[in-house]
Amino acid sequence: MRPILMKGHERPLTFLRYNRDGDMLFSCAKDHTPTLWYADNGERHGTFRGHNGAVWCCDVSRDSLRLITGSADQTAKLWDVKTGQQLFSFKFGSPARSVDFALGDKLAVITTDPFMERTSAIHVKRIAEDPEDQVSDSVLVLPSPDGKKRINRAVWGPLNQTIVSGGEDTVLRIWDAETGKLLKESDAEVGHKNTITSLSKAADDSHFITGSLDKTAKLWDMRTLTLLKTYVSGVPVNAVSMSPLLDHVVLGGGQDASAVTTTDHRAGKFEAKFYDKILQEEIGGVKGHFGPINALAFNPDGKSFSSGGEDGYVRLHHFDSDYFNIRI
Amino acid sequence: MATLDIDSRAAQLGIDWSQVHLDSIHLPPGENFGIESDDEGVYHDDQLEFDTGFGNIIVVDNLPTVAKVKFEKLETVLKKIYNQFGVIKENGLCMPVDPNTGLTFGYCFIEFNTPQEAQNAKEKTHGYKLDKSHIFSVNMFDDFDRLMNVKEEWEAPQTKPYVPGENLQKWLTDEKARDQLVIRSGPDTEVLWNDPRQKNTEPVHKRSYWTESYVQWSPLGTYLVTLHKQGAAVWGGADTFTRLMRYQHNMVKLVDFSPGEKYLVTYHSQEPSNPRDASKVEIKVFDVRTGRMMRDFKGSADEFSIGGPGGVAGASWPVFRWAGGKDDKYFAKLSKNTISVYETETFGLIDKKSIKVDNVVDMCWSPTDSIISLFVPEQGGGNQPAKVALVQIPSKVELRQKNLFSVSDCKMYWQSSGEYLAVKVDRYTKTKKSTYSGFELFRIKERDIPIEVLELDNKNDKIIAFAWEPKGHRFAVIHGDQPRPDVSFYTMKTTQHGGRVTKLGTLKAKQANALFWSPTGKYIILAGLKNFNGQLEFFNVDELETMATTEHFMATDIEWDPTGRYVATAVTSVHEMENGFTVWSFNGKLLYRVLKDHFFQLTWRPRPASFLSPEREENIAKNLKRYSRKYEAEDQDVSLQLSEQDREKRRALKEEWERWVMQWKSLYEEEKLERQNLRDGEISDEEEDDDEAKEVKEVEFEDVIDVTEEVVEE
Repeated sequence: MRPILMKGHERPLTFLRYNRDGDMLFSCAKDHTPTLWYADNGERHGTFRGHNGAVWCCDVSRDSLRLITGSADQTAKLWDVKTGQQLFSFKFGSPARSVDFALGDKLAVITTDPFMERTSAIHVKRIAEDPEDQVSDSVLVLPSPDGKKRINRAVWGPLNQTIVSGGEDTVLRIWDAETGKLLKESDAEVGHKNTITSLSKAADDSHFITGSLDKTAKLWDMRTLTLLKTYVSGVPVNAVSMSPLLDHVVLGGGQDASAVTTTDHRAGKFEAKFYDKILQEEIGGVKGHFGPINALAFNPDGKSFSSGGEDGYVRLHHFDSDYFNIRI
Repeated sequence: MATLDIDSRAAQLGIDWSQVHLDSIHLPPGENFGIESDDEGVYHDDQLEFDTGFGNIIVVDNLPTVAKVKFEKLETVLKKIYNQFGVIKENGLCMPVDPNTGLTFGYCFIEFNTPQEAQNAKEKTHGYKLDKSHIFSVNMFDDFDRLMNVKEEWEAPQTKPYVPGENLQKWLTDEKARDQLVIRSGPDTEVLWNDPRQKNTEPVHKRSYWTESYVQWSPLGTYLVTLHKQGAAVWGGADTFTRLMRYQHNMVKLVDFSPGEKYLVTYHSQEPSNPRDASKVEIKVFDVRTGRMMRDFKGSADEFSIGGPGGVAGASWPVFRWAGGKDDKYFAKLSKNTISVYETETFGLIDKKSIKVDNVVDMCWSPTDSIISLFVPEQGGGNQPAKVALVQIPSKVELRQKNLFSVSDCKMYWQSSGEYLAVKVDRYTKTKKSTYSGFELFRIKERDIPIEVLELDNKNDKIIAFAWEPKGHRFAVIHGDQPRPDVSFYTMKTTQHGGRVTKLGTLKAKQANALFWSPTGKYIILAGLKNFNGQLEFFNVDELETMATTEHFMATDIEWDPTGRYVATAVTSVHEMENGFTVWSFNGKLLYRVLKDHFFQLTWRPRPASFLSPEREENIAKNLKRYSRKYEAEDQDVSLQLSEQDREKRRALKEEWERWVMQWKSLYEEEKLERQNLRDGEISDEEEDDDEAKEVKEVEFEDVIDVTEEVVEE
């Protein structure tokens, strides 16, 4: 498996997202320009210019026409994917950490960081069909119970009825997306023991996986918040993704960038580790990054995946045919 | 009240405020006129726990009873005696007088500046003879209550009924002949069975906060010692680990067993209050089984740190080195210009005096005999040569000695059965700018103890590591330059030339900096720890061939199990990542890994020496096939059972997963319509794909752009 190295960012990668058709790959990085790539050959298609800070997260609409990005410049922006033009900018008093379009792309959930006096919060925005009609008012604002701890990710539950969030306070929460009521919290006994860094859901919204600095990733039922599986990695987990095709999950991470040893890159274990989703056993790893992995995404066809690292590279991997015949 | 208010109030009352002396005003005791003192809070917080405060007072008894005339004279005499041990406080000597007779009672109290001085004075003058009939009896004032409560009549101690002790060697009778190991990670200390058949460990006993620093097995594996604030404790027993004995020694830092595990030496050092002073060191020797303290040694760290870094670091441990053999007869201490050898019968010095050896810096016991090897460096700028000598104990006879010239340093390595002593000698080159190394090899068991000199093929090679084969006649040396030094094997015995050291072979350019022989010999691990990232090479010295080359990334520790069947390599918490340990077979096959965060220590439980005679062991080795058949069959069964269990587990997991997936699928179907509505009627993913599967057609298309005719000329 020969990866395609995509060098378009000058700073560490933060997030990767494929569109539904799997022909486009959006990447976000700490430099200020989200970039669009051809998901097949890794050619750069274009950039979205306008942010004035690190871009933490993005999501693309089902029809691949709209892109939403959340940035440390305290805005979340809507973009026209075709032209790269900015359509709208939501302003917050603190950095926008994560964004997610709802089913039907008429709503978006945006989380903001604790900043100065402001506490971390989850905002629900209505996305207008015509950008001319777009308003910046929130439909719903959910304050975090422990506002000084950052919410790292919030996504929509099945049928847009719930919102699932996780962050520095290690607790996963399910909120009612209508009323804003807190419905469920993850069990502290079986839950993560350290900051939840990432959250990625299955294509059918039935279950999701979380990665944490406690060196594990966990698989949860999205409706009941039942813990299904735990994947033990030797290193802090920064990014998680699930194969839509096979029963595989992939974890990425590594030693904190500031603690990385200077002697040997192996010491950091900057590997994308593959696990059998059901048996929870490690089945392989893809090495290559020269720093922790911050972002992972599977192509919706399950035949390729890409990883983004602290080293500023996106590595695009098309699986060899052996991969589809792994037996353990 | 602000100053201004006070001033105006004072003026109102006609008081000249500047004339009032505040400190001269005394309020009646217990009365505060309704004003609370703002010192109160501070005062209450300071209610610390105090000692009785009499720790610096001693009581001297058996003094002569004197009349007033002689009172002062006696006082002067006492002051003279006790001023040697410290500063007596002003009016610190108090000798009460009987008001009826005018005579003293025959005792006095002396108050020193510090409890240490008092303690010292007590120890030094108890039993002091002032004259024939007056022998001082000195006690600490604090001990008085205790001494007063001693019953007048002696009571015979009750004889306790005999309770048969637990079988402390039970672990050796394990049916599967497994070995135990202890690990410490986070707050937990765990004893585990190494179960290579199951490819895992089996827990024996686990406790959180079992020890406050580290744990250690006794040399024969009977006890596990833990360290606490109050002292040390040993644990063991037949089924689980129960506490067998405690040894009181406040803030114990280090412990050491005698090789026959009869005695336990505990060590404590205290940082001096004045940084210029040396630390105070206290060492106690306990009888392991009874818990009785046999002797204690006190002193400053300097007295206990010869040969070590000394001073700041405290003593070089172990301070007391035990003579070889299992009878624990002698132990020795190295101090300035002397070697003090004690015998355990009396816990006193042999012949009541130490051995004088000027400038001795290092000593080692033979692991099996009571022979000490010692090293004295060069003196007088090279006028007096350095010397290595062997001394027999208790006769103190020098068996052999060798003078060495232009030596910078020496290191002594005994072979485990006491047959050979290798001395690594670093010598200066002629220019004195660098050193080169060679070996002096002593054959202890041969007549007159012949010495052989061995130099490496390349004299200038640095020696990185040296190790004797346990119970064998071979040794291994890592020499040469980093990062790729060579490893050489030598033997002291060959069939061709019996009594000559011969080289067996050299392995060139290995990534190794440490040697780990199997406890049974024959196999050795060449390990590259630290900056070699944990390279491991399993090597068979009989065949001189590599069995396996592998790596335990960043391994910090390697330890063979006592039988030489398995090896554990560990990454301890000096590294942040991938803490835990790995167990390998003797030939380098990875058996299993255990990951533990904050991993501190791994130690195999030692086994006592085998009772089989060498002949019988040889016999077993010869007929190994016959014995091994049984075990091979067992191995087979276990592995079958394992794979069966494994399959079963996997099947269960798959089934459970299928149930979830089914549930999700049905829910997904149910919600199909709602999803469509949310998407304004657009049919969702897969459903749509089935209906109108997109087809990719490859169309070939030909277009004639231009046609020209060319006439070919012939």
